[in-house]
Amino acid sequence: MTRLAPEVEPITEELVVGDRPWLTVVWNDPVNLMSYVTYVFKKLFGYSEEQATKLMLDVHHKGKAIVSSGDRDKVEGDVAKLHAAGLWATMQKES
Amino acid sequence: MKAWSRDGQNIVTELTQHEAQMVRFMVDQIKELLTMRFRDHPQDELSELTGIRTGPSSKPEDPMLARLLPDFHHDPDYELAGRDADSAAALRSMHEPALLEAKSEVADVVLKTCPEFGGRITLTPEEAQSWLYALNDVRLALGTALEISEDFPDELPEDDPRAGQLDVYQWLTWMQDSLVGALTA
Repeated sequence: MTRLAPEVEPITEELVVGDRPWLTVVWNDPVNLMSYVTYVFKKLFGYSEEQATKLMLDVHHKGKAIVSSGDRDKVEGDVAKLHAAGLWATMQKES
Repeated sequence: MKAWSRDGQNIVTELTQHEAQMVRFMVDQIKELLTMRFRDHPQDELSELTGIRTGPSSKPEDPMLARLLPDFHHDPDYELAGRDADSAAALRSMHEPALLEAKSEVADVVLKTCPEFGGRITLTPEEAQSWLYALNDVRLALGTALEISEDFPDELPEDDPRAGQLDVYQWLTWMQDSLVGALTA
């Protein structure tokens, strides 16, 4: 991702993903802006600034992050919404 | 151009005629690209009868379109691994028409609200979000064409044929970041 905002320290607490079967994964790409990705996470999933920033930084530093989970239909819908926002998102079954 | 800012509920800026024309041109190009994809895969009679729209099941060959319309699975062999009955092809076919429509709609919002000869722009928060999405689509396409990577140079030699494209890309990057800032202020 492209950085235009000052770097924020990662927050250490993990988001609870739960034990449901499908995962929405967002992958790092060199075009999407860090500020925009954070905005999209807040807007689409209702995450707080802190949660959204942590997920954005995970995508940026680790190459990907799990941004939501649930049954197949829900995750499919989440991936579709992320595609509409231009993020590189995929779905997979929890291993 | 001036940075985007808040004016009460609205998001405002001012563009020169050149800037406004650049935005309109780029967004229109994306719309054209999406329309071509749509035209290449007309709806069949069954979908017209049932109202269930289906799109193509394979990824676009054009790399810009492929970036705008990604696959639902990361691993192309996912289906072969037998982990999921709904293959990437079926998911694409099911979701692509709505995605094309959504991307065309945000492009239309920009074309409707960006004055041809420049000047002041006043957007509702909803319109501003459409601008964000549409500008992002332009940046994704341009970034793909330029093969932007994390260590891509900030500047190209003047005689590099991509120098002009990179200028536009960087200007749109700044504009989009400014718009996120104004929307979340």
